[in-house]
Amino acid sequence: MTINEIQEDLIADFELFDDWESKYEYIIDMGKQLPAMDTQYKTEENIIKGCQSLVWLHAYMEDGKLMFSADSDAIIVRGLVSMLVKVLSGHSPEEIAQSDLYFLQAIGLHQHLAQTRSNGLASMVKQMRAYGYAFQAVK
Amino acid sequence: MYSTLDITSIRKDFPILEQVVNGKPLIYFDNAATTQKPQAVLDALSGYYGQDNANIHRGIHTLAERATAAFEDSRKALQAFINAPSADEVIFTYGTTDSINLVAQAYGRHFLKKGDEIIISTMEHHSNIVPWQMLCEEKGCLLKIIPINDAGELDMEAYELLLSEKTKLVSVVHVSNALGTINPVKEIIKKAHAVGAKVLLDGAQACSHLEIDVQDLDCDFYALSMHKIYGPTGMGALFGKREILDAMPPYRGGGEMIKEVTFAKTTYNELPYKFEAGTPNIADAIASKFALDYINQLGKNNIATYENELLNYATQAIGEVPGVKIVGQAKDKVSVLSFVIDGIHHQDIGVLLDQQGIAIRTGHHCTQPLMQRFGLSGTSRASFAVYNTTEEIDAFIQGLYKVRKMLG
Repeated sequence: MTINEIQEDLIADFELFDDWESKYEYIIDMGKQLPAMDTQYKTEENIIKGCQSLVWLHAYMEDGKLMFSADSDAIIVRGLVSMLVKVLSGHSPEEIAQSDLYFLQAIGLHQHLAQTRSNGLASMVKQMRAYGYAFQAVK
Repeated sequence: MYSTLDITSIRKDFPILEQVVNGKPLIYFDNAATTQKPQAVLDALSGYYGQDNANIHRGIHTLAERATAAFEDSRKALQAFINAPSADEVIFTYGTTDSINLVAQAYGRHFLKKGDEIIISTMEHHSNIVPWQMLCEEKGCLLKIIPINDAGELDMEAYELLLSEKTKLVSVVHVSNALGTINPVKEIIKKAHAVGAKVLLDGAQACSHLEIDVQDLDCDFYALSMHKIYGPTGMGALFGKREILDAMPPYRGGGEMIKEVTFAKTTYNELPYKFEAGTPNIADAIASKFALDYINQLGKNNIATYENELLNYATQAIGEVPGVKIVGQAKDKVSVLSFVIDGIHHQDIGVLLDQQGIAIRTGHHCTQPLMQRFGLSGTSRASFAVYNTTEEIDAFIQGLYKVRKMLG
């Protein structure tokens, strides 16, 4: 599946929810399902610092695809992180560098991206694309 | 004693409260960050721009005279509000942070030298830490920290041990923004003065809750922000004792603060203008008086009594929510309720309450050293103002149960 196909899937999932509780329960669930990050990658340099919560992001190449693993200390951010990993991980660095992440806007969660200072999500998206550019250069 | 305020009628003075957020009626419990503004303040702002806008002090035309008179009336209102001996000792600033920086720059850089000591406390806001760190770095002074106990009260014995003839300045918060603790500032001041040190009080959180009498306190400086006492943002004040302010050099140059300028030498204006370089925040200064009038009309004591009722009600109700621990259990507190819930990140609490129309503050509250003292990365904080109600607290508690259920 392409990045946009995964985004469309997520948008379709969220269309099923008609209240905030089911929407957030789903995000929380996504957060819980995100595989625990290998502690060796939970390093200072992999931290994207928000004012309130932390995000860890680790990137590596596997069979020509750029892979991400990530974590956060807050569960809702972890859910959003989980969605970002689901959308972007496993694609070529070129696709990731060029990606247009519209799904957060479409499902009404873009305010979390806007809160740069509090959760570091916007920096995480930027960082994921930056890895795309960086690994593109390496290849 | 029960409060006699008519809260239903008070709420009507705050148009912002009548709105729906995320499909729910807004419950605004972030008052320690900033309070909402009554209609009288909003009217004063538009009235100034609509009728009286002119630059002050220098103009000879009618508008300038009106604006100048209103501006100086505000200074007198603030003087009365904190019982300063004279209006000249009330310097307008853009807020508490600006006031503290003024003291650090104009007093600290001039009067402090290598080896001098400045005492602050563990519960300071970053705005009462960083300016002193900057000063210490520049001048070679030492910063000493008053520790606190687990309830969030200052360790006064430790404070006494920190005091010595090396202590030149004690700068402490009157009321803690993160814990709500009311500090024994009168005693702090007395003891500091006994060793010859000056005292600055950070009054940002105190002014909306407590009667402030700078003469009775005998503080040397008092810093405050209008936006935390129902007034406009970008507006605050520094009270300073006349003899100290007179001895301090100005630290910002420009218009307004001068008496005479030649290329050879400039002489400076008198107090308070010496410290008010440039065109001030005229509109917000003028509107500030209307916030103070509003508080005076309700009565500080009535406000404090009512807010105490809210605090007690909320403290009891939140104590019944499983897993909740209140951070800051001082004997003397204002209406600030800081708490953590076992196993739940404060940001998640904030996000899920916001979905229910409830605005609280989460995070470190710009008091990272205090959070470190409690071994926390942050707390959730509900803070109440005179327009809040017990019904809102009920909804907030229900909201917390929902958060627990969703994250459990």
